[in-house]
Amino acid sequence: MKRRDFLKKGVGAGFVAGTAFTVSSSNKLFAGMNLLPEEPYDLVAIRGGEPDVMFDRGIEELGGMRQFVKEGQTVVVKPNIGWDAVPERGANTNPLLVKRIVQHCFNAGAAQVYVFDNTCNEWTKCYANSGIEQAVKDAGGTMFTGSSERYYQEVELPWAKSLKMTKVHELILKSDVFINVPVLKHHGGANITITMKNLMGIVWDRKYWHANDLHQCIADFAAFRKPDLNIVDAYRVMKRNGPRGVSVDDVVLMRNQIISTDMVAADAAGCKLFGIEPLSVKHIKLGGQSGIGNYDLESLNISRISV
Amino acid sequence: MSYKWLKWTRVLIALIFFLFTTLIFIDFRGIISEDRITRILWLQFTPSLLKFITLFSLSAAGFIIILVLTSLFGRVYCASVCPLGIFQDFIIRAGKLLKVRKRFRYRKPAFILRNTILVVIILSAFTGSIILVNIFDPYSLYGKFANGLLRPVAIGINNILTGALEARGHYYLYHVDILPFSFITLIIPVLTLLTLIIMAGKFGRLFCNTICPVGTILGWVSKKALFRISFDTGKCTKCGKCSFACKSECMNIKDLTVDYSRCVACFNCLTVCEDAAIDYRITWSRKNNSSKNGHDPGKRAFLATSLGGIAVLAGIKESLAAGKDITPLNKRPTEIPEIKNYPVSPPGSLSIGHFTSLCTACQLCVGQCPTGVLQPSLNQYGWSGYMQPFMDFDTNYCNYDCVKCSNVCPTGAILSITEEAKRSTQIGKVVLEIKNCVVYTENTACGSCSEHCPTQAVRMVPYINNLTIPEVDETICVGCGACEYACPVHPFKAIYVDGNPVHEIAKSPAGDSLEYTETEDFPF
Repeated sequence: MKRRDFLKKGVGAGFVAGTAFTVSSSNKLFAGMNLLPEEPYDLVAIRGGEPDVMFDRGIEELGGMRQFVKEGQTVVVKPNIGWDAVPERGANTNPLLVKRIVQHCFNAGAAQVYVFDNTCNEWTKCYANSGIEQAVKDAGGTMFTGSSERYYQEVELPWAKSLKMTKVHELILKSDVFINVPVLKHHGGANITITMKNLMGIVWDRKYWHANDLHQCIADFAAFRKPDLNIVDAYRVMKRNGPRGVSVDDVVLMRNQIISTDMVAADAAGCKLFGIEPLSVKHIKLGGQSGIGNYDLESLNISRISV
Repeated sequence: MSYKWLKWTRVLIALIFFLFTTLIFIDFRGIISEDRITRILWLQFTPSLLKFITLFSLSAAGFIIILVLTSLFGRVYCASVCPLGIFQDFIIRAGKLLKVRKRFRYRKPAFILRNTILVVIILSAFTGSIILVNIFDPYSLYGKFANGLLRPVAIGINNILTGALEARGHYYLYHVDILPFSFITLIIPVLTLLTLIIMAGKFGRLFCNTICPVGTILGWVSKKALFRISFDTGKCTKCGKCSFACKSECMNIKDLTVDYSRCVACFNCLTVCEDAAIDYRITWSRKNNSSKNGHDPGKRAFLATSLGGIAVLAGIKESLAAGKDITPLNKRPTEIPEIKNYPVSPPGSLSIGHFTSLCTACQLCVGQCPTGVLQPSLNQYGWSGYMQPFMDFDTNYCNYDCVKCSNVCPTGAILSITEEAKRSTQIGKVVLEIKNCVVYTENTACGSCSEHCPTQAVRMVPYINNLTIPEVDETICVGCGACEYACPVHPFKAIYVDGNPVHEIAKSPAGDSLEYTETEDFPF
């Protein structure tokens, strides 16, 4: 019974995501005018600092973590921990950033903070060598495995064009708050991987996605459970040979970060940082068209911070 | 004199060896370090002997220690080190409790049968197929049994405990999926188990004294051991208790002799004798030896054939290393099938020939492999390689930075390599069949192969409609199989690895540093 409730909730979130587009377009009027300082930002971009420092500044700009995490809630944080690689390789989300996010969650009163990814390389090596396992432990969070099918529940996506059904990790279904923390990277198949693409780490069978129009599946699934917060790690950015990368030579030190509740907006900003046009990436285009978010950065209320 | 301490010391050592040996086979979380595994298995006779032959190194001298110990104290390997021997002792004990067999009695030795089996096993190993060693070596048999049957049980228990703990909000354990495996590869473990239950329950250590090649070899040495069991004819009342307790069935009460080639030094007789008529002491004389007839045909046959075998060893190893005798895999008779000419042997195994001539299929690497890419083979290496592990890219792929199998292999079939050497070891080459590729057939994006490729031997290059399509460079491919595993199309993959019969060196993936200057402002 409980699970069915979660599914309803998930579907509901999809509809909420659908309406978000309309709400945010009304901000167009106030863009750049700063007439209403209380008006929440659609997107916060931070540059020039260490990952944890940039996050401190960025989340403050959005009113602090208490805007997203309430007393006693359970939180699931989903970084990219896909690869058996050290932080310098830029293949996984920066551990310092993950650590600080977990700390902010606890400071906001979270009862429990879980962190997991359905990794591509062997998961225990990914967790250890990414530095994320230790970072999460230090912050008091719980690392959870994403590599056993038993933790995945089948869900239906009636609105989907390609991905009608998939299996989602139960932490996503059960937790009160879902925080998506991708790392900005080149991707050989999907052009680029940011927030929407990162959600491939919360499902079990990714092969189906690859075999059945990858971009459409990414867009289909993005409407399932909109993350309550997306934090894009663009501190070290893998510019080629992504998403795994061959060596540190593929990585540049960009020292940027993007925070937004809108995945499509965050992805569009990420594309700009990376140096490609958002609309050249099909899943971002589809995401905007189906109302998951807004890729028109001109129309958004953006806070730009240098630290 | 009380021999209780001696027997219980023996039992304690046996339990320790058995526990640790079993633990390394069921260690599904990879908790036990590679060094420790090497140390635990150092004394295992057959692996150590094979590794010694391969490396000519004292680091593999465990079997020499066993030979020395045997010549001093009898077959202590069989009593306290051999996991299959100790496992049989458990069955014997259970058999006694269940009253299958309450007492043993003296049985005549089967010299000819025993030695013939040994000679056949050794000859077949020298002439190119190690399969008989794989089937009869006690350590490797126990490995197959522990890996095939005990490990899944251990994982099952772990999963039940995990569920119970998680329900209470504890996360010390995690659920482990049991990888899909072929039931055919369980035939040997299951047959072993059934055979041993019957043989041990009914006839004690009959396996060790008739079939086991290590038992036969050590039997030759233990015949002349310094310390031996001996009767004090003055004190013995011929009550027969020692003979009833003897699981080797080698105590002849009629003649008051002991067949030392079969005695596994369990010391049970010492503790049951109420007349203090049995001693374990330095014995110079040969009188108590049951081998009274001056010569022994089996022994001669053994010596002659071993000498002959050793003489041809070098030549045969040479020809095996070329891997020419390996039958290619079956080609699928479909439109665009995968064409795999060779299976893929693990990095560090040098060549399929080297690997298949030394691997006793103990399954240790299969259990230790973090990704599970190493799986017991059926006929991938030909039927003579049954259960020798191969790189199974249906199950998973080889982690780029992992060298665990090479560090734990006790026989030298997989030789220890550094991570750096592994990253340039090419165990197979990538083959791209673009007409199977989803980008080509459906005009939709994928990139799964390139995504997983650690060297970018398969990279995505521009294609129509802003799509990217794979392109391969086999010179930098290491053959890890990540592309094949990740490729989503069925039934034939668009990209796969064909094994290198002799491993080669992959070129290092070229990479120049990227130029980047931090911008002053945001590009949006």
